[in-house]
Amino acid sequence: MSTWAERLDGPVWARLRDARTFGVAGIVVGVCAALVALPPVTARSPLYPALLGIAAAILGLAAALRGERRVGWGAFAIGVIGIVLGVLATRSSTGNLNLVFTASLIASMFVFSTPLVFGAIAGTFSERSGVVNIGLEGMMLMGAFWGVYGADKGKSWAVGILVAMLAGGLLALVHAYFAIHLRADQIVGGTAVNFLALGITGYFFFQLYHGDNVPTGVSTIPDVKIPGLEHVHFFQAAFGKLNLMVWLSFALVVVAWFVLFKTAIGLRIRACGEHPRAADTVGISVYAIRYGCVVLSGMLAALGGAYLSIGFGGGAFTENMTAGRGFIALAAMIFGNWRPFGALGASLLFGFSTALAYRLPAYSGSAATLFQALPYVLTLIAVAGVIGRTSPPAADGKPYRKQ
Amino acid sequence: MSSEPPQDEAAPPPTPEAAAATGTLAARIALRQRSGGIIVPIMTALLAFLLGGVIVLATGHNPLLAYRDIFNGAGLNWIFHPTTSTVDTASYNLSQTLLQTTTLILTGLAVAFAFRCGMFNIGGQGQYFVGLFVANWVGVSFPKMATLPHVVLGVGAATLAGAIWAGIAGFLKAAVGAHEVITTIMLNYIAIWIGTYFFGDGGPLQNSQNASVPISNDVADSAKLPVFWGLQQLQGLHVGFFVALAALVVFWALLNRTTLGYEVRAVGFNPEAAEYGGINVKKSLVRAMAISGAFAGLAGGLDMLGYLYHFGVSDIPVSTVGFLGIAVALLGRNTAVGTGIGALLFGALLFGTTHGLQSNVIQPELAGNLTSMIQGLVVLFVGADVLILYVWNTRRKLRLRPREAAAS
Repeated sequence: MSTWAERLDGPVWARLRDARTFGVAGIVVGVCAALVALPPVTARSPLYPALLGIAAAILGLAAALRGERRVGWGAFAIGVIGIVLGVLATRSSTGNLNLVFTASLIASMFVFSTPLVFGAIAGTFSERSGVVNIGLEGMMLMGAFWGVYGADKGKSWAVGILVAMLAGGLLALVHAYFAIHLRADQIVGGTAVNFLALGITGYFFFQLYHGDNVPTGVSTIPDVKIPGLEHVHFFQAAFGKLNLMVWLSFALVVVAWFVLFKTAIGLRIRACGEHPRAADTVGISVYAIRYGCVVLSGMLAALGGAYLSIGFGGGAFTENMTAGRGFIALAAMIFGNWRPFGALGASLLFGFSTALAYRLPAYSGSAATLFQALPYVLTLIAVAGVIGRTSPPAADGKPYRKQ
Repeated sequence: MSSEPPQDEAAPPPTPEAAAATGTLAARIALRQRSGGIIVPIMTALLAFLLGGVIVLATGHNPLLAYRDIFNGAGLNWIFHPTTSTVDTASYNLSQTLLQTTTLILTGLAVAFAFRCGMFNIGGQGQYFVGLFVANWVGVSFPKMATLPHVVLGVGAATLAGAIWAGIAGFLKAAVGAHEVITTIMLNYIAIWIGTYFFGDGGPLQNSQNASVPISNDVADSAKLPVFWGLQQLQGLHVGFFVALAALVVFWALLNRTTLGYEVRAVGFNPEAAEYGGINVKKSLVRAMAISGAFAGLAGGLDMLGYLYHFGVSDIPVSTVGFLGIAVALLGRNTAVGTGIGALLFGALLFGTTHGLQSNVIQPELAGNLTSMIQGLVVLFVGADVLILYVWNTRRKLRLRPREAAAS
């Protein structure tokens, strides 16, 4: 019979007393501080968000003082922001709150976050193998245009997706060749790839479609209707009718995490990104791994682009359609600390802030615009190391020379 | 392929070049600067135009005629019959090309200066925008000022704004080691959204006449730069052109004739060696970034007071001069003269493929995108000097082979 004290030191308790658990709990409580004041709970007294926010800040502080700086200070910050947002919400009218914070806000968040998830996971693969991929934007744009072209000429969205992946992969191959074989500066190469994609897609858009839009009725990626959700009030609006690509992006995160951290090939990829010389010594082909990862990165980014044109976009293309989403995806990858689930979290946060920015005009017309800058400000804060330092793979961006 | 590029001349020991270590970006640039001479940029440009021509040919247009039309569209045929007449098409086109060149010289210098300190300032676009915003605000705000102080105040404020905007990235690099590529990209978008807020619907700097148009007021007449070629109503060439030329000289002198420039270059070649040699590396990084941003901010100030006069939210996705600066600087090998020539080339492409183009060979929409492709190819090839040198060396080897055969 174990004593009380012994049981307290058991594995479950040790886990619960872990500083990281405090921090994560703090983040959850901090988010709740803002949520209680919003529908469907809609607490009207500022006391509730304030109490929850203070609790979150204390939990975060406890975690930070015990070594978990990143999560701890993150929880502290979220607690403070939770108080501010929660108290603000209690002072706003219930009518406005019900207008903005609906279940479709969640659906809208997924709409905006999906291309970012694809882009961020794409970047994670490339950079984990040691090749900086600033060309995500261009690879996405290739996917957006050639995806709609494939869907138009092949009469099927599936053909569109394949053509998009082919185009994105080809552009990535150019980047890979210059970065790996010619050992060109990877940031310069990525920048070039972006210009190139902008020119190629724009040129062929005018050449093939004369600058008018593609014909209407292009086959588009279908929505997935979940049976049985029709009568579940909140979930129906939030999850009932999402595009196939949204679910694919969730699956991709799980697969990417599994491949990168639970398989031999993932270990090899990470070895090439951390210490290519060591990887080479034990017989891993650094070049092959890097080529594979960069091309895969191009294909995944192109999927995000295809979602824009033949998924959410309903079969339309405009010049420079991605409009910087590749760079937000890059930011999401960095904010997520080069980890698949981190990338998902960052993408959802960035998607949520965009979705919210589209609805905030209910309060103030022009100030809502500033909300769109939030992803960039957050990333700037993240790389500045205010709340813990982001840590890229050690050999990220360094060309490898075989001996 | 991995053979070292030939060294045409040995670097004199006292220059920072001697401290160059292989591996860093700046060291590679230094090596390139000594090894390839003027050949790499010329071959780069030729190869880019050639590949662009292949695409034009493949899509059923005549590339030679297309390039001729772009040449004329840029007004470069003006040299065959020079005139400053306001009704002559070539004269007008050339003045417009030089207008673009003015901007590109400065955004090119912005990229080049940071490069010389070993940093990649990808945020020229954001610094340019910040310059535009501030110059517009100053230009609109004090309508009763005399012209000279108003112009100087507007351009100066824009320059300062650009310096501060890039200085944030420099500071973050120096203080916590945040990579300048990431921070400048983020600052680009923050600048864009701040601009959208200020000049957009209901924003504090939106025009006072029509609340449904997201556009600023025009700057006061007292803030407009004098025009010396063409007419002000037809966006003639303003005196900012000479400011840009002067900036080329300032860039050269700053880098090669001042202690500050020496320190910047030393840090660019090898930060550890510079630190060991007693140079304050962090200070140099912040300074270099701020000066770099000042060039881009100046570009924004001159554009706003020189010919744009107002800023519209719809201009944001159209403007690419900040990014073109990357191609200009890289093609010009981050030197003053090279940047000037690169700016003229891309200025000609920018205007000659769009507004100036009168062609039944290729439509402006296609030609405009051709510019993007050429820009991408130039950056791609300049980044891969190994490829260009390989092609060049193979050619030389082929020429040398008979002699070697004779000797053996």
